[in-house]
Amino acid sequence: MQWINALIQGLLLGGLYALLASGLSLMFGVMRIVNLAHGTFAVLAAYLGLIIVQEFDVSPVIAIIVVVPVMAALGYAVQRGLFNLSLKRGGLSPLLVAFGLAVVLTQGLQEVFSADTQSIPIGALAGESFEIAGDLFIGVFPLITFVIGVLVVLALQVFLSKFALGRAMRAASDDSEAVTLMGIDNKQVYALSTAIAFATVGLAGLLIGMRTQFSPTFGDAILIFAFEAVIIGGLGSLWGTLIGGLVLGCAQTIGAQINPSYGVLAGHLVFLAILAFRPSGLLPKVVSSR
Amino acid sequence: MTHPLLSIEGIDVFYSDFQALYDLNLTLNEGELLAVIGANGAGKSTLMKCISGLLQPSKGKITFDGSDVSKLAAHKRVKLGISLTPEGRRIFPSLTVEENLQVGSHTKRKGPWDLAKIYSAFPLVKDRKERKGVNLSGGEQQATAIARALMSNPRVLLLDEVSLGLAPVAVEEIYSAFPAITSAGTTVLLVEQDVNQALKVANRVQCLLEGRTVLEGTPAQLQREQIAAAYFGI
Repeated sequence: MQWINALIQGLLLGGLYALLASGLSLMFGVMRIVNLAHGTFAVLAAYLGLIIVQEFDVSPVIAIIVVVPVMAALGYAVQRGLFNLSLKRGGLSPLLVAFGLAVVLTQGLQEVFSADTQSIPIGALAGESFEIAGDLFIGVFPLITFVIGVLVVLALQVFLSKFALGRAMRAASDDSEAVTLMGIDNKQVYALSTAIAFATVGLAGLLIGMRTQFSPTFGDAILIFAFEAVIIGGLGSLWGTLIGGLVLGCAQTIGAQINPSYGVLAGHLVFLAILAFRPSGLLPKVVSSR
Repeated sequence: MTHPLLSIEGIDVFYSDFQALYDLNLTLNEGELLAVIGANGAGKSTLMKCISGLLQPSKGKITFDGSDVSKLAAHKRVKLGISLTPEGRRIFPSLTVEENLQVGSHTKRKGPWDLAKIYSAFPLVKDRKERKGVNLSGGEQQATAIARALMSNPRVLLLDEVSLGLAPVAVEEIYSAFPAITSAGTTVLLVEQDVNQALKVANRVQCLLEGRTVLEGTPAQLQREQIAAAYFGI
């Protein structure tokens, strides 16, 4: 029974990882940008949420409603102001820009908020759970984060496949010059993609901040989990990222079931095994561009 | 006074040290089908890239419908009604044929072309609409690329290297759609290596050699020997 419990807890955690990784996956898929600052932006969102909840004494839901659009606007600005310029200078330069952003942002957070660990208070919700079968309990908040995570990834997938802007993003991913011949401003498409990615990472950061403790340097750990989910699932595929997140979550909780200190390690081992035996991931993007 | 729909005045284009076009002029009147012919490296595709906005000439002026578009980005030129079917077709490989067409109509320009009209003019495209771009043959790609360009309802359709690398039967199929395009009132600028094919469909022909115009006229005016001499520079 405890193994089933570990599996269920892993799936719940995995939904959150999938949400966390979807923005990374989207930015890589559309622009081939590896956003090394991804985790740090999640932590930034968590701190913004913390300020709102503490200073204005409002519900965490209000924090989400405020912070997610702010993060989207920030993403738009970062793409327009930094990444679009760096993309002209080849593949390595956006990577360096992202790395620089991560360093500056982490130090900035350290300066403002100190290195103390914090958490966004969610009141009684943190401890609530219900029994689904004998000895099997599901936490209400982990279930909420799971449902939000999976719904957001599904919504993103529907957006990419059914909406004009989503199609434009996929087309830009295939051939960024040819889309301009369709009357599409690829810089604008990139900025909107990053805005969406930042909105999702902001939401993920807030939920993580409510679920666990964070500090300015927590972004590195988050980045690694997001990376692992993306790679396990397969680069450039959101379905893959969803599966990758779930697999990573399960690996961590099952590892922790074996020995409490093995949780994160087990996640890394699954990631390494995927890299070694199935480097394109579980659900790789079917079409390879020329 | 009426002005030509598109006019190019004295453009120079460089690829770093190499000069591809020398003081080139071209005019295109509304409703016309002009074919630009020439051997490899004559500068035909360079010319098309300049008109569509993918390349900036270092000198000269491009005027479309009376306004200077020389500095305008490619995506803005599509909104004005300039649409290019690029060399190599550039179909989006991970999108289906229908999605490629939908991306083509992104600007929502008004005009005669929509999915239904495209499907009746290009039966081959209709047959393949569910197929992904990556799985298309050369002829299917070219037909899809032309259809995709038409979806933006262009006033000028630029067709680069229509028959390059295609089987004769595929070339025939593509050219069979031309009457539907011109009868819809679309002006066409065609780049073609196959001179016979170009002479068959064009109202006017302009021959380039090493970045300069060496011959122009209507198919009726031009002698075959004259064209051969201009084409090869002999």
